[in-house]
Amino acid sequence: MGFIKKLARLFRSRAAIRQLPVGSLTVNRDGQIITSTVSSTYPKSLLDEIGHEVLALFREARAAQLPLAEVSVHFGSLLITARELRGGTIIFLRPQSVLSQPPN
Amino acid sequence: MESTHKILILDDDADWLELCREIFSRLPSRPEIRTATASSRALGLLDSEPFRLLICDLKMPRMDGLQVLSVVRRRFPGLRTIVLSGLEDEEFRSRAYALGVDLFWLKSDMQQDSKMFLDCIESLLGRDSDGGFRGIQSKGLMDIIQMECLSRSSTVLRITRGPLVAKLWFQEGELFDAEVEGARGEAAFRRILAWKSGTFENLPAEPDRERTITRPINALLLESAQAMDENANPATETQFFDASHRKLTWKLSLLTREGAEFVISAPPEGHGEPEAFGVQASEQLAGWTRNSLEIARRLGETIEAGPLSHIAANGMEKQLTVLAHGKKSFLVGWPLAADANQLLEQSKKLVASWDS
Repeated sequence: MGFIKKLARLFRSRAAIRQLPVGSLTVNRDGQIITSTVSSTYPKSLLDEIGHEVLALFREARAAQLPLAEVSVHFGSLLITARELRGGTIIFLRPQSVLSQPPN
Repeated sequence: MESTHKILILDDDADWLELCREIFSRLPSRPEIRTATASSRALGLLDSEPFRLLICDLKMPRMDGLQVLSVVRRRFPGLRTIVLSGLEDEEFRSRAYALGVDLFWLKSDMQQDSKMFLDCIESLLGRDSDGGFRGIQSKGLMDIIQMECLSRSSTVLRITRGPLVAKLWFQEGELFDAEVEGARGEAAFRRILAWKSGTFENLPAEPDRERTITRPINALLLESAQAMDENANPATETQFFDASHRKLTWKLSLLTREGAEFVISAPPEGHGEPEAFGVQASEQLAGWTRNSLEIARRLGETIEAGPLSHIAANGMEKQLTVLAHGKKSFLVGWPLAADANQLLEQSKKLVASWDS
């Protein structure tokens, strides 16, 4: 019985829906988060991942002789907008849905 | 027997409903207009009264338009349906047509071209509900065109392929005009025939439109089929040169027409050379294009943000759009002065036309 309860708990925890991050964060050139307005319930490891990948986008662009001031990555349910800040970046995270798209 | 047809309009915007009621009541057949602001109310009305046509919005709270349409399709298979939406997204158009709607129209287009829209409604209302088959067709474009000719139709065939829209005008089974991406006449017809997939809809005939095609349809179809065959399998060096030259000219004119500064088309790594127009260092930029899409996809999977649509970027002198199409990655450069809100749609159009 105890084993089944443990299994049920395990499946429940895996099926949990993770909220999308909302807010902004600043990241220095080494990928460390300096400030953040994203909810503290959002996993820090994922915010770090966002910071690193956005810095990689700017870095790759510089390497291709295409320095960028701003990058927006449009996903189905999240918009990530990042502005270059002297090697670091400020990142804005805004969830998107069909209803949030302005009708034309 | 019903003397007048009934139209049910479903939209959560009461002001819009009032406007529609006013416009549709002017139709020559003087239909009876009923309105509903909620899906449940609309379904209740459909249950209790016979309607000829349902005009439905997509963006609504609780039950959205696509959900309503799937219910309606099942419960009222004889009911004609029109989607009238503000969502200018090809995915919604395709999904709506997959549900068997008769017409998908944008609210903005309705305001700009209200006469055409009213003609479409009148045509749908007037069609005999006892005759003819309805359904989703999965036919080649040549088959569809030949069917229109054989049945001596007078109609405008609107064909949509992603962001691209083409029109063919028929009068009593004779093709007399074609239009796509700024091209008209036989040149447009040849381009349309090269499309491999898409959706189509029939609009009311426009007999007063200027004739640009005079040759018989069979000659045009035969010539287009031969040209496509030669393009796909060039038998001689001259044919190969002609096909390459036609493609190059088309791509340059496309770039100029859309107002883009450059385009890079990058196949997957190890699957051929990138193609570049209007820019140098194509290898380097193609590498960045592939890498940036890969980084974004990886990030999207990690944070579960849904499928990647595209990347927009601003450089010192240019605006950039990075997007995938099929297996290829595309980088499109735009001048800083270009309207940022239009760039995605314009990039999609350009990319969709690129290899067609």
